[in-house]
Amino acid sequence: MATVTLRKLEKRYGATPVVHGIDLEVADREFIALVGPSGCGKSTTLRMIAGLEDISGGEIRIGGRTVNDLPPRSRNISMVFQSYALYPHMTVRENMGFSLKIAGRSQAEIDKAVAEAASMLSLEQLLERRPSQLSGGQRQRVAMGRAIVRRPEVFLFDEPLSNLDAKLRSQVRTEIKKLHARMQTTMVYVTHDQVEAMTLSDRIVIMRDGHIEQVGTPEEVFRRPATRFVAGFIGSPPMNLQEALVYDGALAFSGGATLPIPPEFRNQVTAGQKVVFGLRPDDIFPAGHGLHSGDAAAVHTVELPIAITEPLGNETLVFADFDGREWVSRMLNPKPLKPGEKIAMSLDLGRAHLFDADTGRTLRK
Amino acid sequence: MNENAAHRLKRRALSIGHSVGLFLAMAVICLPGLWIVLSSLRPTVEILAKPPVWIPQEISFDAYVAMFSGVGQGGIPVLDYFRNSIVISVTSTVIALAIGMAGGYAFARYRFKGKSGIFLGFMLTRTVPGIALSLPLFFVFARLGIIDTHFGLILAYVALNVPFTIWLIDGFFRQVPKDLAEAAQIDGCTRWQAFWQVEFPLARPGIASAGIFAFLTSWNEFALASQLTRSTASKTLPVGLLDYTAEFTIDWRGMCALAVVMIVPALTLTFIVQKHLVSGLTSGAVKG
Repeated sequence: MATVTLRKLEKRYGATPVVHGIDLEVADREFIALVGPSGCGKSTTLRMIAGLEDISGGEIRIGGRTVNDLPPRSRNISMVFQSYALYPHMTVRENMGFSLKIAGRSQAEIDKAVAEAASMLSLEQLLERRPSQLSGGQRQRVAMGRAIVRRPEVFLFDEPLSNLDAKLRSQVRTEIKKLHARMQTTMVYVTHDQVEAMTLSDRIVIMRDGHIEQVGTPEEVFRRPATRFVAGFIGSPPMNLQEALVYDGALAFSGGATLPIPPEFRNQVTAGQKVVFGLRPDDIFPAGHGLHSGDAAAVHTVELPIAITEPLGNETLVFADFDGREWVSRMLNPKPLKPGEKIAMSLDLGRAHLFDADTGRTLRK
Repeated sequence: MNENAAHRLKRRALSIGHSVGLFLAMAVICLPGLWIVLSSLRPTVEILAKPPVWIPQEISFDAYVAMFSGVGQGGIPVLDYFRNSIVISVTSTVIALAIGMAGGYAFARYRFKGKSGIFLGFMLTRTVPGIALSLPLFFVFARLGIIDTHFGLILAYVALNVPFTIWLIDGFFRQVPKDLAEAAQIDGCTRWQAFWQVEFPLARPGIASAGIFAFLTSWNEFALASQLTRSTASKTLPVGLLDYTAEFTIDWRGMCALAVVMIVPALTLTFIVQKHLVSGLTSGAVKG
């Protein structure tokens, strides 16, 4: 059991900085997800924690011990690779017992640990097979089994589900969640899939261009995104974002449309300020077909023409035209709509977001 | 005859044609070897007969008996030659493999300045015919006093084989995913252990192929050996073949018998190493 601490952690390739001095504190037994678009430095950060990548500056502490220059084997970590990285010349049993064999444990001890991990992941039937005889999902489980057997202080996952198909992905996701509940070990999980990050983790770290944009619980990053980037990255479909000008006590959009300033932000903006207005698809819905936050006074209704609809069964995504831009809204208890039809849309401004147009930071206090 | 029967007949005819074609090709490849074995067992008259005599009239092992009878009784110091050949070929192969593994690994795994230039340079050395090197090598070796020594020939053969072993082993290490060595390091291996436990076993087919190639090159090499050896202290079997040539005659039968003696160890080694040449060892390592 251990904490992981990153202090001003930096990585440069030659003169090109990839990770710009990030700070992060992962609590003991916490499941933390590093999420961001490709090239944001999340995998590099994970590899630095693992010791597979040298650090260019700063400090990494695992369990209170500085591990900056220690090789991977001395950090007491396990890692599950995106590619699984199973040893093809060994059976599943040998793959899982490899770390203990290297550590010089007795055969009885190895057998016991492998059997335990195998039963945890339902791998008992596959122990004598070689990786080439396994399906993708089975290989993934073996990779996790190999990580478990080591009983590490920290588990590292590098996009472990990205090679699986959608159905298998949600299955293995559940298994990882159960694994964390059972092992009670600190876990650092890298993914570019925000759904994985939201469903699995205690806290999410959203990274962009080698910086941390926001650290928070799934609820926090979803409800109170710190930046415009986070707002657009977390949530599916993504938040509707549109630039506006604070003018005459209202938000004026470039096409001439106006909206009242959301109640929460009335005292945070000044006339003439350029802002970005954001509203999640759940907070804009055909009148009577959604749930508002509770403050009925904050719900604002406008008439919008429908562009297209995407029925999903229990709900329908409605793409409506607002001030020349397409906004997506989520309609619960859907009813048929025709493209071109103008309908009354409820905008729950109690849940709207405003960001500074220049810095991208939230204007929420 | 219906359509299906016609197709069945066609398929059978094709498969027979295929077998006959393969047999002919194999015959062309194997016939010289067979001819050598046959020739070692019959008198020179029969070897040189025109038209050729395919089936020997009488078989005798005289040439083999004579070969081992010792100098002065029609024999040659074949055991000395054999020992020299073994020592030189095995040593140079082992060294070429060690260098080839280190070099191949470096080319496959690391980025460094002038990498492609160095690689190309290695390959270019292979374009120089060995015979063209023999005279300059002779001068250099004579100066160094390593003519007619095992060391001299080993040095020459290592230099000859290293570019090829590096090239071949590099290709095999490239096929071993980098993730595997990293996973091994996380599992508690040092860099060195990760190499021997994971990367080496997976590149073994390549290393075995490189080994066979290097051994056969050294074992059969004649041009350099004929220049750089003088006596039984270092003469190898291919050079020993020359012992059967006199000023006006060539003892074809004896020469063929020695050739057979040369072929046997090479064939045995290839046979032993062959089982390591299984390909596709890396399948299943990573998503694929």
